[in-house]
Amino acid sequence: MNAQSAEFSSEDRIGAMLRTERMPHIWCPGCGIGSVVTCFVDAVLRSGIDQDKLVVVSGIGCSGRVAGYVNFDSIHATHGRAIPVATGLKLANPELTVVVISGDGDLMSIGGNHFVHAARRNMDLVVICINNFTYGMTGGQVTPTTPGSATASTTPYGNYEYPLTLPFLADACGASYIARWTSLHARNITQSVEEALTRRGFSFIEVITPCTTLYLRRNRLGDGVDALQYYQSNSEILHGIDTRETAIELQGKIAVGKFVDRPKPTYLDAVTRCNAKLIGDDYQLYGKTEPEKKAEEAKKAEHPVTSGHP
Amino acid sequence: MNIVHADPRGVDSGAHFMDGDHAIAEGALAAGCRFFAGYPITPSTETAERFAERAPEVGAMFIQMEDEIASIAALIGAAWGGQKAMTVTSGPGFSLMMENIGLAAMTETPIVLANVQRGGPSTGLPTLTAQQDMFQARFGSHGDYNIIALCPDSPQECFDLTVEAFNLAEAYRTPVFIMTDETVGHMHEKVVIPPADQIKVVERNLFTGPKEDFRPYRFDCQGGHPMTRAGDGYRFHVTGLTHDERGYPLMTPAQNQVVVTHLIEKINGNAEHIIRLEEDQVEGAEVVVISYGITSRIAVRAVAEARKKEIKVGSLRLITVWPFCEQRIRELAGQVRAIVVAEINYGQMVREVERCAAGRCQVVSVNHCGGAVHDPEVITKAIEEACR
Ligand SMILES: Cc1ncc(C[n+]2csc(CCOP(=O)(O)OP(=O)(O)O)c2C)c(N)n1
Ligand code: SF4
Ligand SMILES: [Mg+2]
Repeated sequence: MNAQSAEFSSEDRIGAMLRTERMPHIWCPGCGIGSVVTCFVDAVLRSGIDQDKLVVVSGIGCSGRVAGYVNFDSIHATHGRAIPVATGLKLANPELTVVVISGDGDLMSIGGNHFVHAARRNMDLVVICINNFTYGMTGGQVTPTTPGSATASTTPYGNYEYPLTLPFLADACGASYIARWTSLHARNITQSVEEALTRRGFSFIEVITPCTTLYLRRNRLGDGVDALQYYQSNSEILHGIDTRETAIELQGKIAVGKFVDRPKPTYLDAVTRCNAKLIGDDYQLYGKTEPEKKAEEAKKAEHPVTSGHP
Repeated sequence: MNIVHADPRGVDSGAHFMDGDHAIAEGALAAGCRFFAGYPITPSTETAERFAERAPEVGAMFIQMEDEIASIAALIGAAWGGQKAMTVTSGPGFSLMMENIGLAAMTETPIVLANVQRGGPSTGLPTLTAQQDMFQARFGSHGDYNIIALCPDSPQECFDLTVEAFNLAEAYRTPVFIMTDETVGHMHEKVVIPPADQIKVVERNLFTGPKEDFRPYRFDCQGGHPMTRAGDGYRFHVTGLTHDERGYPLMTPAQNQVVVTHLIEKINGNAEHIIRLEEDQVEGAEVVVISYGITSRIAVRAVAEARKKEIKVGSLRLITVWPFCEQRIRELAGQVRAIVVAEINYGQMVREVERCAAGRCQVVSVNHCGGAVHDPEVITKAIEEACR
């Protein structure tokens, strides 16, 4: 090995985490989704998690396309169903690290019920919500996170619904880790994702992200740079703040930071504990099959383990 | 195809007295299913309850999801995580599952789903029998695709066909449905579960070659292309979008033609290997009664009565309902005077029979909507009238 090949630049290593053969991607110039992807793969690199043991699941939407561009096992599920698909994956093979990356409409509107229950169960998943306050893929309709009075193609005269405050929702449902950043906070996103990847339980990270083509343009909020400027001057790092204080108003203050970090037994911990009580301490989910056990015994008989000296 | 003996841990060998719903859970465990996700609904819940009870001792995972959409989505995740997975439901839950049945078909994900049919539409007759979802099973999700559906007529067959459903799901990488009904589901009968070494189980065909050769799909109109599971290092991508053999989106009309043709023909083209029928005195018959599921049990009586009256009547039981036995119906239509189709719905499978008979024999529908099995006399009368 020469010095050069030993020293991959961080960009090459990030490149290895992307399906470069699928580039160029579909996202618009100035769209924030790509930045979140970069932070995510950077975090995976830093976490030291085996690239082969991490799975990404997305739903449908511009954000839902993330699964198709990252070089991991990946499933692009149906609209809203990334979390239950991820639940199936995690429970089928608890060794996997399972990450859901999807949009605000996908995870919080059509998929809201699954979000609630995965958090309630403390399912061992990392859920990253790319919140651009809109249905990007379908042309900029209102979502459950669109701030009051913002316009959308289906609220042309202004939004009159109450928006969801996602960290508060996740908190109420029992998520064990909750953070929020804007796409401007690259280093913090990376750090939070890395933390979430190494935590057990339901981790939720919301990333406020610009949809330049639809949300910003329709609300006359400028371009991607203006969005980053808005994030810069209006975000306030408030670690540990009460999640009830994290609502976002149109162009208002954005509370960012790590709000919740409370380790507790995961769904799989609970299953194992319950079944071990019932079956005994050698209980093992998907433990060895009888044929596997027999084959092992046969092997042992062939090569008996002898102790002591001949 | 890798066929092995069942893992004895999942096989509760011996003679049992159990209902069809429980037998489905036992069949699943015998077939190597170690993942069950479901949501309670009458008259299917007993399957979930049995699986939940047995899961710890077998080392299987049972999870009650928040709804049926989540249940079937979890199955797709579990299958790509390497497990054989199943769910069970009935009418309203079956409707909720439709979108992700399409995802499973499109991504060629082997899963098994039992629909213990009850009367519909909507909440319908929650506790009473029906066979009203036969077309929904085949065509319920949007777009063109294909599936396999089996119809047990006894608790014993609930066990046997559940094992077969898993084997077919693996062999053709497709969703397979067990289209049973409330009556069979709740009927208690003797169920003999054979010793594990007498149960054949098709193992998942996992790709083991070099990474650069891995393709999750091959659109060759055959089933059984090897798949993989998360964590094995092949870095698969699966999507419900029209895709190429790497699984990457390729959204052109030409590719949709390729993918859809493959999805449909991998099953239709193998129909002769898949379809199982039970025939009785069909040769030389003037009339043949076609039935499936619980209705077959009634038809037996009706046919026996008709034979007492010297009518040459045969019977054909559809064990496999989808793919439909087109070839056999075409042959029969040229040989018999009439085909009588008995089913508990407004007339569903009879449409398939009519299509295949294509006017070459009379086709008589003996149907009524959900809630009760036939009075055998009604079928006997239809047989008599058909050969008059
Ligand atoms: C069942 C279903 N309903 C509706 C749609 C149409 N649809 C596709 S993407 C989308 C919204 C996605 O919004 P979001 O999750 O916020 O993602 P974004 O595009 O903003 O990143 C909708 C409604 C669909 N694909 N499936
Ligand atoms: S429409 Fe909006 S969310 Fe979608 S890619 Fe363009 S900028 Fe991004
Ligand atoms: Mg969005």
